[in-house]
Amino acid sequence: MKHDHLITAGFVPLLDSALLVVAKERGFAAEQSIDLTLVRERSWATIRDRLAVSHFDVAHILGPMPIACNLGLTALASKMVVPMALGLGGNAVTVSAALWQAMADCGAANDLDAQRNGTALRQAIDRRRGEPLRFGVVHPYSGHNYELRYWLSASGIDPDRDMEIVILPPPDMGDALAAGVIDGYCAGEPWNTFGVLKRGARLATVKAAIWRSSPEKVLGVNAGWAGAHPEALSALLVAVYNASLWCSRPDNHEELASLLAMPAYVGRPAELLLPALKGVLPVSEGETLLVEDFFVPNAKAATFPWKSHALWFYTQMVRWGQVEHTPEHRKIAADTYRPDIYRDALTPLGIAMPSASSKVEGALRAETPVGSTGTLTLGPDGFFDGSLFDPDDVDGYISGQSRG
Amino acid sequence: MKPSSLNVLVIDENRIRASIIEEGLREAGYREVTIIDDMHGLARRIAEINPDVIVIDLENPNRDMLESIFQISRAVRRPIAMFVDKSDEASIEAAVEAGVSAYIVDGLKQERVRPILKMAISRFNAFSRLNRELEETRGELENRKVIDRAKGLLMRSRGLSEEEAYALLRRTAMNQNRKIAEIAQSLVTAASLLDPGTNE
Repeated sequence: MKHDHLITAGFVPLLDSALLVVAKERGFAAEQSIDLTLVRERSWATIRDRLAVSHFDVAHILGPMPIACNLGLTALASKMVVPMALGLGGNAVTVSAALWQAMADCGAANDLDAQRNGTALRQAIDRRRGEPLRFGVVHPYSGHNYELRYWLSASGIDPDRDMEIVILPPPDMGDALAAGVIDGYCAGEPWNTFGVLKRGARLATVKAAIWRSSPEKVLGVNAGWAGAHPEALSALLVAVYNASLWCSRPDNHEELASLLAMPAYVGRPAELLLPALKGVLPVSEGETLLVEDFFVPNAKAATFPWKSHALWFYTQMVRWGQVEHTPEHRKIAADTYRPDIYRDALTPLGIAMPSASSKVEGALRAETPVGSTGTLTLGPDGFFDGSLFDPDDVDGYISGQSRG
Repeated sequence: MKPSSLNVLVIDENRIRASIIEEGLREAGYREVTIIDDMHGLARRIAEINPDVIVIDLENPNRDMLESIFQISRAVRRPIAMFVDKSDEASIEAAVEAGVSAYIVDGLKQERVRPILKMAISRFNAFSRLNRELEETRGELENRKVIDRAKGLLMRSRGLSEEEAYALLRRTAMNQNRKIAEIAQSLVTAASLLDPGTNE
């Protein structure tokens, strides 16, 4: 078959690399005349570096990272655009059996409720003697870092003063927990399921409970490449969109889990990947819970690169002292996400498309029909503490933020 | 070589590659060179060593953690940044291409560090070449083994001499536009499917 577009994509072996993997393996890329090469990497730093020197044209990347690059916060800060998200949700907070016991003594329950279990964690910290708790996240510029800190703060815990947050590679988290190096972690899948099923850990809460329908990984694109290859990029967005539809069908979950289990991709047993796809998570050994919207690959405009998502990430960078808040910085953050490219590429498909590029996050209490074309429902998208993020009032949101 | 006072830390889980880099650094006059090949307690050890320059391979999953400790820099006394010389994009590309990156303490002159990066790049490349050659040799050895087994199968099942068996394999490969080792492998696989006993 003749291919018009040669595209190289980097990815990190995680469940939400699924959209790119399926685009290649189930023929959606080839359908768009794309010869898609997937290259697996073991750190986000290397994804960033190889995007910067054009080894990769595009990559599966942490939602805040392209913003951090465009703000010049990282080494090898090349310009990046985000024309598509790679799904919503998908993370969880896992704690050691010992910490869970302490939380349970303070009223934590196995329903993953962010409010109740956050309060229990705060009380457990209050009662604790000796070393402060230590939690792991995967990267300073990650949804994991921000949602964990958001949850802790809203529960009355200062993530820096009352405990310590360290960075660890996701595959090491379960072992670090079992060895007592950390007491908990916030990571993507399959690493929470791995911790619970293989390392005796417990789920404390999930991303979907902290902030329902919230952004996670995105398609990061080298800005120079995007400018020079608009047709290839459009074709890729169509392919990945079609892949997201495929991933969303329950009939395909078993097949998807087996596909991701292959050594070239996530390389872990399908049994560790299936729970997140089905949304039935092991909470402890022998106990599972249905989590609505745990990982959303397609529904609720899950691939749409909302500017309000970019801006929320930006407010958290400011909150945790990673960047100074200025009008220029805010603009760079908002401009990183490119719903215009998404619309141009996908409008010809006739799919349901949000008419706005930004929304008030946390405003939808229930599933709500929206959109100018087709049938699209959004939400619920609430933060567990009931607060709202209005992207038109970034200043107000930032000045209202506390640390804990 | 004029000895350098810079304290260089090499982080690489591949011990052979790490010692190749170390050797290069020592030859170039760097006396304070430390190697970490075990990632256990990495943050603490970096704080103890307090290096001026860190060389790390791009495959190392701990790069994210490493960059974060530089960022927070509570663990290290001096802030560390990635080696970024905007005037020299080619050397950055060469480094990423070779699979290595370097971090230096803030304020250190790029000229003092450039030789280290150059050396690391050339040694990383040399190591990859070596590895490739080794793999090719290993591959050839594997090929020879499978061809020998296929010849044995043909000799037993069709009563051919060794020479005739090889000629048949070669002719089939030419006709199908494939490698002899591939034909041999299919034959061995087919034989093992038909009779698991013939496999060994």
